[in-house]
Amino acid sequence: MIEVPEYSVPLARPKLGSAGKTGFWRTSRPVIDYQKCTKCRLCVIYCVENTIDLMPDMYPRIDYDYCKGCGVCSNVCPHEAITMEPEVK
Amino acid sequence: MTEALRLDNARFLRGNAACPGCPIPKELDTLLSVMGKRTVLVVPASCTSVILGDTRGTPSTVPVIHSAMAASAAIASGVERALRARGEKDFNVVVWAGDGATGDIGFATLSGAAERNENILYVCYDNEAFMNTGIQRSSLTPYGAWTTTTPEGKREFKKPLPLVMMQHRIPYVATASIGYIFDYEQKLRKAKGIKGFRYIHLLSPCPPGWRYDSSLTVEVAKLAVDTGIWPLFEVENGEFRLTSVSKTHLDKSRRKPVEAYLKLQGRFKNLTQEQVQEIQRMVDEMWEEIKALVKK
Ligand SMILES: Cc1ncc(C[n+]2csc(CCOP(=O)(O)OP(=O)(O)O)c2C)c(N)n1
Ligand code: SF4
Ligand code: SF4
Ligand code: SF4
Ligand SMILES: [Mg+2]
Repeated sequence: MIEVPEYSVPLARPKLGSAGKTGFWRTSRPVIDYQKCTKCRLCVIYCVENTIDLMPDMYPRIDYDYCKGCGVCSNVCPHEAITMEPEVK
Repeated sequence: MTEALRLDNARFLRGNAACPGCPIPKELDTLLSVMGKRTVLVVPASCTSVILGDTRGTPSTVPVIHSAMAASAAIASGVERALRARGEKDFNVVVWAGDGATGDIGFATLSGAAERNENILYVCYDNEAFMNTGIQRSSLTPYGAWTTTTPEGKREFKKPLPLVMMQHRIPYVATASIGYIFDYEQKLRKAKGIKGFRYIHLLSPCPPGWRYDSSLTVEVAKLAVDTGIWPLFEVENGEFRLTSVSKTHLDKSRRKPVEAYLKLQGRFKNLTQEQVQEIQRMVDEMWEEIKALVKK
């Protein structure tokens, strides 16, 4: 619909990690206990940063390269399957 | 990433500049996945402008026009007409604007575009203050809320913007909350299928601005609805309809006390018991007005 020549104008292109590896921002890390997880997908639906992927086996997986450690997933999980653990770096 | 299920539609990419717990990336991801790749976003100066990044890369997978604060609805009107004049079909022009740009600085162009019934979707994401410049009050900041320009709590009321837009008699007006994401998604889908000016007002909590822990974004957004403070409704061609859990809220006993919502947020921590009761009274009064609208 809108064609932009590749190198002529300084326009932004879509980029994963436009603010860098935002995983470095984390002070705590969400960890999924797959024994408790019921594959309800609420964490995938509500992760505000869209950093939880649904795997082909329908289990959620967190992309730690970009997860900012906000804790929303842990808060919405109805089975307390996600705990926030302090980041040790 | 590769083995994960990916949907073959427009998305909002992870690793952007939004604060931890900010709902804006999810809200835009939902918007793009519904509106699709043939969408142009118009975004006035706001937190979203920062989240969209600079020339080194953007999380948006559709073209974005960064707009002066007052101009977005006018720019979107022009873009839509230009694309149509070029013979383009099946495209969407969407304004994505904060509450400050919508209710205050850009209200004239918004009202104008609505009155002309321009064929655009306007989404106001409402974090109830001018957040990007440091939490200044807007006309959409609620009564009693602390901001840096209302250190003792705002004395005035929140402008009832969805009702003001309803009075413009546009084909579609809806409220939404990120706490009820399927209701929001459903309204986007409905708006996409309607021609003319469509307005969606989306409550969008902000951890640093509302002074709550970043993990509570969805809970706060849900409680705004559950207490009846933020009713979910849509107005289609003049017909008013409550949606989602708000359908049950005409009965006061089904609404949680407003305190449940207020107490999670530091911006309300200096409210007196009388002020909390005053807010409860205002919410109950608003629901009486809603009763009259539903009957119509
Ligand atoms: C005419 C004009 N006035 C003021 C500004 C400064 N400014 C930039 S972003 C912003 C805050 C916008 O608030 P809102 O629309 O609510 O979006 P938010 O930042 O809260 O997401 C302001 C005041 C501006 N860019 N243009
Ligand atoms: S919210 Fe909890 S139970 Fe549901 S999919 Fe995520 S981790 Fe599993
Ligand atoms: S901590 Fe926040 S960003 Fe990280 S996976 Fe959970 S919801 Fe997503
Ligand atoms: S200040 Fe609030 S609205 Fe702005 S990016 Fe941060 S959380 Fe989002
Ligand atoms: Mg705002």
